[in-house]
Amino acid sequence: MSRKTPVLELLNLRVGFPGAEIVKGINLQIHEGEKLALVGESGCGKSLTAFSILRLLPQGAAINGGQVIYDGLDLATLPAWQLRRIRGKGIALILQEPMTSLNPVLPIGLQIAENIRSHETMSRKAVNERVIELLDLVGIANPRERAKMYPHNFSGGMRQRVMIAMAIACNPRLLIADEPTTALDVTIQAQVMDLLEDLCSKLNMAMLLITHDLGAVAQWADRVAVMYSGRIAEMAPIEPFFTGPKHPYSQGLLNSSVEDDWHYSDTRLTEIKGTVASAAGEKGCAFAPRCPYAAAECRLSPPELQSVAPGWVAACARLDAIRALSEGAAHVPA
Amino acid sequence: MTDATLIKPRRRLRLPQSLKDPLFALAVIVFTLVILMAIFADLIAPTDPQDMVNMPFLWPFEDSYSPLGTDQLGRDLYSGIVHGSRSTLAVGFSAAIFGLVIGTAVGATAGYFGGWIDAALMRLTEIFQTMPTMLLIIVLLAIGDPSIPLIAISIGLAAWPMIARLARAEFKALREADFVMASKALGYPTSRIITREILPNAMPTLVVGASVLVANGILLESAVSFLNLGDPNVVSWGSLIGNGRTQIRSEWYLSALPGLATVLTVLSLNIIGDRLTDILNPRSKVRDA
Amino acid sequence: MRGVFRNIGRTLLQAIPTMMGIILISFLLLHLMPGDAVDAIAGMSGSASVETMDAMREVYGLNDNLVVQFWNYIAGVLTLNFGYSISYSAPVLDVIMERLPATLTLMMSAFLLALVMGILVGWAMAVFAGKWPDRLLTSTSLLFYSAPNFWVGLMIIVVFSGTLRWFPSGGAETIGASLEGWAWFADRVTHLVLPSIALAAFFMAIYARLTRAAMLEVLRQDYIRTAAAKGIHPLVIQFRHGLRNALIPVTTVAGLHLGNLLGGAVVVETVFNWPGLGRLTMNALAARDNQVLLGILLLSSVAVIATNLVIDWLITLLDPRIRA
Ligand SMILES: Nc1ncnc2c1ncn2[C@@H]1O[C@H](COP(=O)(O)OP(=O)(O)OP(=O)(O)O)[C@@H](O)[C@H]1O
Ligand code: SF4
Ligand SMILES: [Mg+2]
Repeated sequence: MSRKTPVLELLNLRVGFPGAEIVKGINLQIHEGEKLALVGESGCGKSLTAFSILRLLPQGAAINGGQVIYDGLDLATLPAWQLRRIRGKGIALILQEPMTSLNPVLPIGLQIAENIRSHETMSRKAVNERVIELLDLVGIANPRERAKMYPHNFSGGMRQRVMIAMAIACNPRLLIADEPTTALDVTIQAQVMDLLEDLCSKLNMAMLLITHDLGAVAQWADRVAVMYSGRIAEMAPIEPFFTGPKHPYSQGLLNSSVEDDWHYSDTRLTEIKGTVASAAGEKGCAFAPRCPYAAAECRLSPPELQSVAPGWVAACARLDAIRALSEGAAHVPA
Repeated sequence: MTDATLIKPRRRLRLPQSLKDPLFALAVIVFTLVILMAIFADLIAPTDPQDMVNMPFLWPFEDSYSPLGTDQLGRDLYSGIVHGSRSTLAVGFSAAIFGLVIGTAVGATAGYFGGWIDAALMRLTEIFQTMPTMLLIIVLLAIGDPSIPLIAISIGLAAWPMIARLARAEFKALREADFVMASKALGYPTSRIITREILPNAMPTLVVGASVLVANGILLESAVSFLNLGDPNVVSWGSLIGNGRTQIRSEWYLSALPGLATVLTVLSLNIIGDRLTDILNPRSKVRDA
Repeated sequence: MRGVFRNIGRTLLQAIPTMMGIILISFLLLHLMPGDAVDAIAGMSGSASVETMDAMREVYGLNDNLVVQFWNYIAGVLTLNFGYSISYSAPVLDVIMERLPATLTLMMSAFLLALVMGILVGWAMAVFAGKWPDRLLTSTSLLFYSAPNFWVGLMIIVVFSGTLRWFPSGGAETIGASLEGWAWFADRVTHLVLPSIALAAFFMAIYARLTRAAMLEVLRQDYIRTAAAKGIHPLVIQFRHGLRNALIPVTTVAGLHLGNLLGGAVVVETVFNWPGLGRLTMNALAARDNQVLLGILLLSSVAVIATNLVIDWLITLLDPRIRA
């Protein structure tokens, strides 16, 4: 299967602000045409991971170590002018907030054309035609007139479609979508996700989908990576993951996702993350303070990822004990 | 989401940093010295700045009795600068207080009540902002004989719109704040809510605004006395600059030195105001300036 | 395009009450000022009996009640009748119109200088934010922001006219030289340079600081990251995406400062003997020519309003959200 060639590989990637490491060594691969979902609670470092791939980090943040391998190149150290050739052409980015991620004073057609013009030499006319074709492709009616309009003339869902048109303009091999539907209405969310899936298979494009929506993960992703406090907690193919997650945090996620609002409610627990885990030099598993299975051995060192089944890894020191427990009792403690 | 979380830690870091800035400390020292100079003018410079005490056109450092030199009538420039700080600061401060009172009253009313009151008061603010400041001051000065109170009132009348805009923005925002809502729910009278609940919270911003107003007041006062529209019996930095103008080609120090005193004073005020703004409001309000 | 006109129409409508307010204020000021037109005429002609003065007051309508007088005043202003200048023996409008162009020339050249330089300097400050070029430019602009314009004027006369002899120290043109064409134009421009700089310095500092703040704010926005993600050149991001957006608040605030700018011109003109409203104002004040003083206040306010319309139009060009 062509799925086996990685498009992008993160090797022990570490990202942080001065004095605060947020992403603490991530390893993952995204394969050709694959849709990998990255989930985890707010502030765990998902966006920072995504932004560091194209080195679009916010002010103050920096890559502190590790590699970002794309096409045999390490994007983390590539000269800026070479990286610019990959931005928008090989790897494209869609942001969460369609209201603020388009420039309010430029017509949307021009903003899409910018991407094409910075990577391809085409006549002005050909670029315009391509823009209209793209708008049509993402399902915007009257593309010829709409191309001349400004972002404020569009609704949130429409703007996200414009963002998608912009992102796919140069047929990228990988699309990074940072919560592409969080800001949209529920009905629009499904439409936008359907569009993304459709485009992925049409263009044979891989996608790194960052999301809070476990429903979306189950429906649209091939694989899922669960992130906790800057580390990968578990990474698994979709079907087995949803029937039996191995990591206690993943189990908690699946249980609480029934309530639908797990993300923004009590799961934030910032005081635990801030004081116990990071400030104390982080002795053991970051999840220990909230873990129902936590034991003394968990606090020795951060657990390594171990293979659970082919293509399935989890970072927990007590995987065997937990399996024994859950086989004994019928239910998994929350 | 991501951007909002980025700001919080910065705000915490910035507070002590701005105050530890050596420039800020220097500005505070300079401004304090200028105020002390104005208060103790008679002690520091016993010669009357209006008296002819020495040979005319002495350059600075030429004669130890007149360290900064003398003008065309042999009047002592050092004494002029020291005594001139009095009227300059007096006008600057009283104009600022006057402007602060009017501006706060207008802006607070507009911001708190909103609706047509807001619209009407903002129109009034705009009227005063449209009239060229210096022209308005000159016309106001034509009403009576030149005196320090009249000059201060004229400057205050011309300069309040800036404060009104600030106060309006503050009151508009605070009107919706939880603690104001709570007092409303408790049935406190409006006057109490405005003066006891909102005003104290808006005050820091307004005081910083007033520091800009003092700086402006000093600049406008110096322009008025430069144009010879001030009280002819009182020395001020502007009148010294104006007096030196006729000899600007040869004895340029006569204008340069009192001007330098003005710049230093206004500069220190502006630095103080700047740093305080940073603390109150790390992401400076672009539109309210 | 229709949106642009609608927006300008709205500003025009809003300008009417502002103008009415200014007329009312200047009417009140006229009555607060000591003496009236008849006193002034009597003072000019040397002596006049109380009876003749009273008769004249009747003729000029100065004995009517204030409401009637105000009505007549408005009617006068609307028909461009600002009264008669006693000291110049000419209609106030003629006296002012003769000098207004010089003042507007100075004001506009200083405004453009301040805006263009301020934006460029502010942009540079934002690009180097926190580094030494930023600190140097920030301190310099704070210095300009703190200096009285007339003093800046005197000091640049000492340096650029006195010592270096690059520019003339005053006036609007070389007296006695009958120049034509380009030579005439160049002569005017060399006379314009120093007063424009003196007037612009303060405002340049304001606009630079504003541009810096606006630019830093804009560069934090999501759409800047979107632009960078497309692989476009950093300079294109800075200008097309950054500065383009930062210009909107800067231009808006610049409009608010026009009144101050024109007021500053009055002072700078006296330093450079510029034949504009500044000198006229000082003469009128000395001669207690109240009609001229208020005429200047009114007409310069109109000039500010008119320039503001131009700025409004500029803002609609910059910001499509307003055009909608
Ligand atoms: N200037 C800063 N200094 C230190 N830490 C910061 C700074 N700015 C942000 N952070 C931290 O970095 C993390 C941001 O991570 P990131 O934006 O990647 O989270 P996320 O997983 O995308 O969350 P969300 O789901 O809310 O988008 C947060 O934990 C935040 O507290
Ligand atoms: S290592 Fe221990 S604390 Fe961490 S998840 Fe596993 S059981 Fe819980
Ligand atoms: Mg995020």
